[in-house]
Amino acid sequence: MIRLRPEWRRIFEARERDLDARRCFNCGTCTTLCPLGLKVLPREIFRYALLGAEEKLRENREAVYACLLCRLCEVNCPQGVKITEVIRLLRVYLAEEDLEVRP
Amino acid sequence: MAEIRSRLALLSQNLRYRAHVFPLPVKSLVSWAEGLGLARGGKTILYTGHLYQLLPYLRVLREREQGFVRGRDWLSRLAPVLNPWINVSRLAILGREERRLQEYYTGVLRRVVKLLRKCGVEPGYLYEKEYYPGTLAYDLGLEGVFELQARRVVRAFREAGVRTIITVDPHSTALLREVYPQLFPDWDFEVRSYLEILFQESRHLSLRGEEGVYLWHDSCVYVRYLRMVEEPREILKRAGMEIREPRFSREITRCCGGPAETLFPEKAGELARARMEELSALGPGTVITLCPICHFNLMAVSGPDQRVEDFVRVLRLEE
Repeated sequence: MIRLRPEWRRIFEARERDLDARRCFNCGTCTTLCPLGLKVLPREIFRYALLGAEEKLRENREAVYACLLCRLCEVNCPQGVKITEVIRLLRVYLAEEDLEVRP
Repeated sequence: MAEIRSRLALLSQNLRYRAHVFPLPVKSLVSWAEGLGLARGGKTILYTGHLYQLLPYLRVLREREQGFVRGRDWLSRLAPVLNPWINVSRLAILGREERRLQEYYTGVLRRVVKLLRKCGVEPGYLYEKEYYPGTLAYDLGLEGVFELQARRVVRAFREAGVRTIITVDPHSTALLREVYPQLFPDWDFEVRSYLEILFQESRHLSLRGEEGVYLWHDSCVYVRYLRMVEEPREILKRAGMEIREPRFSREITRCCGGPAETLFPEKAGELARARMEELSALGPGTVITLCPICHFNLMAVSGPDQRVEDFVRVLRLEE
């Protein structure tokens, strides 16, 4: 069972306003193009983030850090989602919460 | 996961306490400019972003890690504990291969200066006051230390009276153009890539290239972040050089794997090998790269009969 943490989602949404992962309509272009070939990248990860499924995000932490930020997915996204910025934002939260590397 | 945590902790500590992602003696960062007579500071400066200087040291770390595969986990746990007191980056000593690489990258930077001078641009340089732009911290989500570092960079620009910043690599260019202006509301610096200057001026220059067959590798950041696709191609065309391009080129270029190098070196190697295979399928020739990370990563997987050259190393200026 996936446990959701709405407060975590709200934190994400507050920062994610301009990045708009919600526009993703799950077409899979990004996952098909991803040079890493990881099926969770990036759309599945985005679903977890939008739901506030914190544990699932933590489980897939390595995939979040593995993203190359190469933007091959982003320039081909039919919905124009700023994918690499969303991934980077997820890293900010993982780094702050898990790794305790706050300034 | 412990490795990711340790590496992020090291990066964070290094930037916070030593103002550098991988603190090295100042000489390693500035010695490339010896004898060039670059003025200290000035309105227009060349900003290296330290990338070319860092890569030989990254190779040392990679080699060391491959040698300590079994003990890697405890070593990586220990490093961040020691690092606040002992600069563990200083433990990286260059071997013969790394020194050769360092000479090569020194040659790249010196050639950029030479090309700029031919274009009528005389840049200054910040020497020991030049700071790493924080690219890796930004990309990995270490936002706090990235902002701390960015403030150092901008302060150094302001103190030196800089107005125009000439960059030599796509990562620093993209960061200074896309991210810094969002962070600093009073950002009023002009950021120009040396490629843009060369593109603008090269029609008036007598450029030529080394003879040969060239296989082209686009950098993800140049083409997809900075939309710089035609400029380098046009420069080579003016120099009378022809290139062969793989199917995945221009806006759909494939990544060299370099961004995975810090946390997932094995994955980086896999991607680099796949890209080299695509390039080699074009036939024998010299691979040209525009980004130091692409050069470093593709060269690392190239065979003895394959050459990988930085863009400026295949250009010649007729005297």
